[in-house]
Amino acid sequence: MEVSRHWRLKQQRYALVGEVCPSCQHKIFPPRDICPDCGDEARTTYQFSGRGEVYSFTTVRNAPTGFEEAAPYTVALIKLDEGPMLTAQLTDMGEKPVEIGMPVEMVTRRLRSDGERGMLVYGYKFRPMLKAA
Amino acid sequence: MTPVGEHWNTSLRELALEAIQAARRDAGGLRPQALYAANMLAPALSGQTHLGVLLADFAGLRGIEASSFEAAGASGGVALRQATLAVRSGLIDIALVVGVEKVTDRVGASVDAAMAMAGDSDHEAVQGLTPAAQAGLLMRRYLHEFGVPSDALAGFSVTAHANAVHNPNAFLRKAVSLEEYRQAPRDNDPLNVYDAAPLADGAAALILARREVLTASADRPLVRVAGSSVAIGALALHDQPDVLGLAAAAESARRALQQAGVTPEDIDLFELHDAYSIYAALSLEASGFAGRGQGWQLANEGQIGLEGRIPVATFGGSKARGETGGATGLYQAAEVVLQIQGRAGANQVPGAQVGMAQCLGGAGATASTHVFTAVEP
Repeated sequence: MEVSRHWRLKQQRYALVGEVCPSCQHKIFPPRDICPDCGDEARTTYQFSGRGEVYSFTTVRNAPTGFEEAAPYTVALIKLDEGPMLTAQLTDMGEKPVEIGMPVEMVTRRLRSDGERGMLVYGYKFRPMLKAA
Repeated sequence: MTPVGEHWNTSLRELALEAIQAARRDAGGLRPQALYAANMLAPALSGQTHLGVLLADFAGLRGIEASSFEAAGASGGVALRQATLAVRSGLIDIALVVGVEKVTDRVGASVDAAMAMAGDSDHEAVQGLTPAAQAGLLMRRYLHEFGVPSDALAGFSVTAHANAVHNPNAFLRKAVSLEEYRQAPRDNDPLNVYDAAPLADGAAALILARREVLTASADRPLVRVAGSSVAIGALALHDQPDVLGLAAAAESARRALQQAGVTPEDIDLFELHDAYSIYAALSLEASGFAGRGQGWQLANEGQIGLEGRIPVATFGGSKARGETGGATGLYQAAEVVLQIQGRAGANQVPGAQVGMAQCLGGAGATASTHVFTAVEP
């Protein structure tokens, strides 16, 4: 069991909380405390909007341990509106074919399961942006 | 080098020993003062750490210095770099580098999960991302960004397989046609099965020595490590400022070429990272053999074949020789040495004098490049 390992990431996993560099304003996700752009310390938290677009994607059929039940699943590089890129599964795709450039938004979903008595890990996935009613 | 394959009857230490003994015999029985081991998956798949001791002890080398190096698929290059530093420093006269990988004791999902540990566990593997999926992401973006046809990388696979036919150490000694490539089933699309190298067991070893201690060993042509480098970028693919740029590969190639005092035009052959065919294109671009978005145009016999402009995968590469994780960098290095020594048989690149080997860890997070040159007798 690795409960604490996942628990301590809850802010970023469930709420997409990253950081902003106080020196150069670079937005940082996942949080890493040192700005990758200017090298200064960056510990100011920053709430990302959860919106972005598909930069690339692929579908995994032969899944690694913990993801067998989910296969086949589509995993993507998502370029967030605020700049950074992250890796996430796409979900709730319906019949819509995925395309590079497709607008997407963050949702919270189950990421993996470690067997019947094991832990369930939840976190961010992305779905096609819902049109405002 | 051992043949790459499914060695059901051979253990991690036995595979390494086979390669160590072959290298020592080839070097006239030299006894190394230090052993540098390269391995990626033994902790996950064999429940074994402390490989430096394991391999030195099993090879009858108690008392020497030994340690192990892990940098995912770049482990072999990183260990070779350490051995080079040791010998160049003058503190070690004779170093043994051995790379070994034993993957067939486990199968399927657990091997995929072990391979995925080379990425960012908290932000990549937790999303179900594997090295194959990373290659799929890179290839789709590459095809999209540069308007490249979906079968444009076929030539890397076809050429590698053609070269493996004559390599007794190769796992897949069969030719593959363009038609077979086009009809192959897909996983991690747009990748198909011929874009992915088969993961298998293997070990490769080299002996490095200071020129001064090699008094009367003229029975083999000597090869110099003329350039040696390791460079790193971001661990996660999504954190690379330019995901198709392989910044670490570019930097490590630049340093190794500069040390050797040569340019890409001087390189007679290039053993590159082709665990997935997209990396062959990206490595050729990053290392200065093709412009950005143009590496795929080299994917044909006339350019990368044994008599082409820049031969790659001359013994089959990871694609057809077989991918051996932490040992791959040392298969590459050993193959370049055989080419420069003129001992490559049917795989010989005519007149090879200067060769380069480059291995990548993760999606280009670590890159190690070595340039080898012939030593004038």
